[in-house]
Amino acid sequence: MKSPLAALFVREFAIARRIGGGGSMGVVFLLVLVTIVPFAIGPDLNLLRRIGPAILWIAALLAMLLGLDRLFQADFEDGSLDQLQLGATPLEFVVFVKCLAHWATTALPLVVAAPLFGVLMAQEAASMLGIGVSLLVGTPALTFIGAVGAAATVSLRRGGLLMALLVLPLCVPALIFGVSAATAASGGTIPFATPLAILAALTLASGALCPFAAAALLRRLGE
Amino acid sequence: MEAVDFALSDGQALILSGPNGAGKSTLLRAIAGLLPLAAGRLTLDDDSEEIAASLHYIGHAEGMKPALTVRENLDFWSSFLSRESAAAALAPQDALTAFGLAHVIDIPAGYLSAGQKRRIALARLLVAPRPIWLLDEPTTALDVRAQAALAAVMARHRAGGGIVLAATHSPVGLENAGELKLGTVA
Repeated sequence: MKSPLAALFVREFAIARRIGGGGSMGVVFLLVLVTIVPFAIGPDLNLLRRIGPAILWIAALLAMLLGLDRLFQADFEDGSLDQLQLGATPLEFVVFVKCLAHWATTALPLVVAAPLFGVLMAQEAASMLGIGVSLLVGTPALTFIGAVGAAATVSLRRGGLLMALLVLPLCVPALIFGVSAATAASGGTIPFATPLAILAALTLASGALCPFAAAALLRRLGE
Repeated sequence: MEAVDFALSDGQALILSGPNGAGKSTLLRAIAGLLPLAAGRLTLDDDSEEIAASLHYIGHAEGMKPALTVRENLDFWSSFLSRESAAAALAPQDALTAFGLAHVIDIPAGYLSAGQKRRIALARLLVAPRPIWLLDEPTTALDVRAQAALAAVMARHRAGGGIVLAATHSPVGLENAGELKLGTVA
């Protein structure tokens, strides 16, 4: 028999793959954004090259928020959330594993796609690598922080906008250090490792704290 | 909600009855730990484990994912809810057979009728054995044969020392069960 958490990861992964949407919708959203930005900016390659990492990070952040409000909502509506609380596994671990599965199905495609879309933003190879690495390190923080917002708005029919309002300010640190790491990869005054280390710290801290906050919110749903 | 007080031992059953809105579901959810208790407490004589980990709660929602097949749904709940100390769990195939539904095992749960979904939710009782069953209107949407199957499953559970608490308006086929009337109008 599988361990409860391994079974949960496999289930979340299977649901995301079969329903689709999450991963491919994010990538298409990213593609749409990086396609229209150069038209709006105009034919200034230097400008495009300078703002490219920021645009890609903003697009990835918004793409991740697109489906995040559904993280617990489906489980809430079909009664699975009640059952998940009856397991011997603490709800904090359940939230953590659901975040991991959500990251693997939604953020990982973005991490792979964003550096490639960097071509549209006139990025050099080093910069594309920097964008990819910074997204790989930073996007888990966005998922964990988003999980708190998703848990807070789980019982609301149209909670998506409220969730974005709650979550976006908390994502700003990850955005700042993510973009500065991605920019530092292609030269500049600060070394690449410094913002990346802070970004990694943000991910680790949010991974350690946010599941507790989200689980506490989910437990209080009935009150 | 009024004050209630009851104790159940191995093999006993209790039926919660009362008008709509009397608090039957609320009581079951509170016992399951899904709602906080305003006052009072719940105890297991054998307090080696938490109450929530030794009970099943079958509510109005089935807790089944429409995109997954019946087998995948039950396999997941079997892995997630089973306890190491528990008696041998039934395989999803056998649990469904007990409810006369073995033929739908490879169909996505989303395609099933309300009664079939309810029977799959009830099959969860068998794939992850737990001693206390909290059943909220278990016979909703069930046909006569499925109700008889449920009665047989509950009788077997009680014969093995299990406890059943059912909130219901219609007879669920629990013999020698106590009854707790909630919200009786004065």
